[in-house]
This record gives sequence, structure tokens and C-alpha cells, in this order.
Amino acid sequence: MENKHMGTEVEAAAHPLAETARMFIKNKAAVLGLIVLFVIILIAIFGPIFYTTDPEDMVWMAYSPPGEEGFLFGTDYLGRDLLAQMMQGARVSILVGLSAAFMTVFIGITVGALAGFYQGIVEEILMRITEFFQVLPTLLFSMVIVALFGASLPMITIAIGAVSWTAVARITRAEFMRIRSLEYVAAARAIGAKNNRLMFRVILPNALPPIIVQAALMVGSAILFEAGLSFLNLSDPNIISWGRIIGDNRVNILDSSFAVTIPGIAIFITVLAISLVGDGLNDAFNPKLRGR
Amino acid sequence: MKFLKPTLERLSYAILLLIAVLILNFSMLHLAPGDIADTISQSMGGADAETMEQIRRDYGLDQPFIVQLGQYVWKVLHFDLGYSFFYNQPVTTLILAKLPATLLLVITSQVVALVVGVLLGVYSARKPNGLASHFVTLVALFGYAAPVFWTGLLLLIAFSLKIPLFPVAGMIDVTVEGGFFAKAFDIARHMVLPVIALSSIFFALYSRLCRASMMEVLGSDYIRTAKAKGLSESKIVLKHALKNSLSPVVTLAGLQFSAVISGAVLVEAVFSWPGLGTLAFSAIIERDTPTILGILFFSALVVIVGNLLTDLVLRLIDPRIRRKG
Repeated sequence: MENKHMGTEVEAAAHPLAETARMFIKNKAAVLGLIVLFVIILIAIFGPIFYTTDPEDMVWMAYSPPGEEGFLFGTDYLGRDLLAQMMQGARVSILVGLSAAFMTVFIGITVGALAGFYQGIVEEILMRITEFFQVLPTLLFSMVIVALFGASLPMITIAIGAVSWTAVARITRAEFMRIRSLEYVAAARAIGAKNNRLMFRVILPNALPPIIVQAALMVGSAILFEAGLSFLNLSDPNIISWGRIIGDNRVNILDSSFAVTIPGIAIFITVLAISLVGDGLNDAFNPKLRGR
Repeated sequence: MKFLKPTLERLSYAILLLIAVLILNFSMLHLAPGDIADTISQSMGGADAETMEQIRRDYGLDQPFIVQLGQYVWKVLHFDLGYSFFYNQPVTTLILAKLPATLLLVITSQVVALVVGVLLGVYSARKPNGLASHFVTLVALFGYAAPVFWTGLLLLIAFSLKIPLFPVAGMIDVTVEGGFFAKAFDIARHMVLPVIALSSIFFALYSRLCRASMMEVLGSDYIRTAKAKGLSESKIVLKHALKNSLSPVVTLAGLQFSAVISGAVLVEAVFSWPGLGTLAFSAIIERDTPTILGILFFSALVVIVGNLLTDLVLRLIDPRIRRKG
């Protein structure tokens, strides 16, 4: 049925992943997002290697505007090179974004899979816990975690992960509930697959597409989250991140409006690119929903 | 009567949730390194081991975990959230003094976001490929991807520093003389930028959803009937379609309470708005744990009450939910 439009000759169905990739490439905005993201990651990895100015060094007078004295982005409130800071900040933002999203997905899939698979009392308890976490204002809660247990980078990642997994859990549960009643699952059960195998080998692969989309969006919101925390000066004082550059330079905002604007643009572009990729993935996984 | 039973059920569930928040609060406090004795001895400039023991006994810290937990929950249920050593005030008093400012900011932003969002959504649903539609998509992307504190700072730079239209910080200008209206106008002037910043995250969200649900409703049979009767377009949209397309938007708005409070913390920090967020921030800097936990409890309370109200509103505007109970 899928191949009807491809002419008289019926081709063998492409691998589903190849099909998804084909759909994704057709989406111009998503491809643009992917390219932008790729460039940002390259800058984060290789930037500090080739541009060797130490982001902590005071190299020139404070608040030198962008482009002057050979400083592309100018200097910050302490006279440090903003370009070097931005590259260092890119590393932190992306690292925290990825690892927090990974944690979110890990907790979310575990909770959602158990709830959706076992149902009954297990589901009841797990979903109540999920609702409970939805009641806590995320930023305040992670502020509390960071305040009580210290502001190291791993603790910030945990704080972000601990407050944002609920969406993934809900999506996973919904998918599991839909899939677990399908025939192929019953077939796998009939040939003696154990519960763990059913959950993570039989059901999970088919539940992944919406989870992957959500995970992509989670990277974006984790980056925003980390930016918020470090803007409030609650992150590790020894680590430069985009949010921190904004927070530090706002003390003298009229002199340093560029030092506040530039990191914000970086966050904006990164999160926007991630969200375009996420939308593209969503469309590619659900070709039927396209054009809505 | 049919309102009563589900409402009561929800209410008792809400109370359970609140107690769970308390238990979490207390456990975190318990797990965190350092206790009240450390804080007090620090503020006294050090204390010997015996005094520390005395303080721990006085505050019941020598009791087993479960007893302490029971005492804590019992106290909170009597509106006693502990004592702030930094501010030298009961935490409840502190919070109640700051709560109105936060509620004012949060509720105004949500109302603005909803009204503007719904208007834009309805308008762009009628012309899906028009200018308004593209504008909605663009603003939605901005609202999603721009950090709210950055949006706030840009507004601050543009509209109170470069073009001095609005005050830079705070909520009230103490030098303003005059009656109620002069004061209200002054607060409103202070509110403009924070409200725009905070609602920028949400109004795009609402307008997108409103547009989608409006388009769906406009395609349904009863709208065709209304058209066949010869009703005017604006009457159909406003009287027949709007009410039905609102309920998903209200549901979504109800889910945003915790996000709104998170956003408010950042916006308050940008504009030095004297609310709970600013209090939370300074409490964290001063390691004032009772205040921090009190704020977490109160904001959870705000979210829970907000959810209950959303539920009630949904029942009012959507008879389908009312019948299901």
C-alpha cells in the first residue's frame, strides 16, 4: 500500500529508519536546525582548542564593545574575552543539556514503562508520584536541591533531571498502554518471553519515536533550565556558562548590553535549533500527521 | 449537588498531595548536610559541643526521624512553617507579606497571556495562511526558545534604560503621593515590563492551541448549520465556536501553574519584584532553610489551588465534563 505511488513496480519496503531519515531530510526547517546544531557542537568542541585565549584571563579593559581591539564579541565586566567565554559556555550548556536530558529520559522511561506495563496498583502509585512531581514548581524545587546539596555540575544535572522527567513518564506510559495489547506482544508472551524482555525488548522499541521527540525537546529545556539557574548565580561559581555570563554582566547593564545580548542569542539559537529538529523528528515519525 | 462529590474527592486528594510535599520537604532537610544547630552556632560565631547538643535537644533534633516528621507536619497544618533566623521573623509572616506581589504578577500575566493568546488564535484560525497566522508561529518559537530572564533584560534595556518609558525595578515608587488610583497607576506602570516578559512564554502556547481547536470546531456540523441559518460570521465565531474551542486552552493553562511560578522567580530577579521569587533567592544565598522550604510548600499550595480552580472552570464551560462527573 505504501508503495502504490511509486509506479507499477512494487519495490521492497525500505528500512523504517531509512524511511524516517528520508522524511526528515524533506523538512527544510529541521535540516537547517540540525546543521546549526552541528556547527554549535563543533564550536564547543574545537573552539577552545584553536582560540586559545583563556576565558578567565583579564585581557583588556572592561566593557570593550564587540569588534574593537580584535575582540570579536568584546570584553565583559572584568575585561575578559567574551568570545572565549562563549566557547567555554557552549561546552557547559551542551554538556548539561545532554546529560540532564539523558537522566530525564532514563527516569521517565523506567517509571512510564513500569506503570504502563504492570498497570493496577503499580500504575496507580507511580502515576500519583508523577502527579506529585508536577505540582512542585520545577525551578524552585531545583533551586532548593542545589541550595541544600551544593552547586556542583553533577548536582545541577541531577536537580534538572529530577524535576523534568514527568512528561517522558506520561508519554512512555501512554505508548506502553497502547502497545501492550497489540497482537505481536501477545505472540512474544506466548513463546515465553519474560516481563523484562517484553518491556524493554518487545514493547520499548516501538514506543520510542514519541519518546525520542520528547527527549530532543528535553535537551532544549534543560539548556534553558541551566541558564536560569546560573543566571541566578546558583550554579558552580567556577564554571562559565551562557546563563552565568548574562547574570554576571547585568550589574552594569547599560555599559554591557552586548555582553547580555550575545549569550542570550546563543541560547535562543541553540534551543530553537533543537526544537526545529524535534518537530522534524515528530513529522518524520508520523508521516500521517504532516501538513497539519 | 453534582458539583459537590467530585469537588470533595479532588479536595481530599489535594490535601494528600500537600502532605506529600511536606514529607519531601522534611526528608530533604534531613538528608542535607548540616542542621539548625549548625546554622544557629554559625550566627553566634561558633559554639562548643555541649551547646550544640543543647540546641539539638531544644529543637527536638534528638528525636527519631518519624517523630520529628510528625511534629513538622503537625506544626505546618497549624500554619507554623518555622522561624527564619536570617530575617528574625516567622516564615509564615514573611511569606504572606510577599505572596500578594507574586500572585499579582502571576495572575495578571496569565490573564494577559490568555486574552491575547485567544484573540490571536481566533483571528488566525479564520485566516490560516494570513499574516496573523505566521506572526503566531514566529512568536511561538520566540516564546519557546528565548530564556525568560533574557527577554526581561532586553525589555529592560529597551524600554526603561534607552527609552525611559517604564521604571527600572521594584513594584511601588514610595515618592508617589495621592490616593488609591495614583498608587494603582504607579503599580501598573511597574508591572508592564515584567508582565510582558512572563506572559511571552505562554501566550504563544495558548494562541497556537486556540487556533488549532478553533479550526477543528469551525469545521464541525453544527457550525455549518449555524451558517445555513444565515447567522453572521462574527456571531458564529463568538457565540457558537469560541466556547467549545476554549476548553483545551483552559486545560493547558491549568497545567502551566508550576511553569508560571518558575518563570516568575526569574522575572522577579530581573525586575527586583518584591515577591516570593526574590525572597527564595535571598533565602538561598543566606542558607535560610526554613524560609526556602516554606516557599516551596506555599508555591506547591498555589499550584494545587490553581489546579482545583481550573477544574472548576472547566466544569463551568464544558457540560461534557460536568456530566461525566
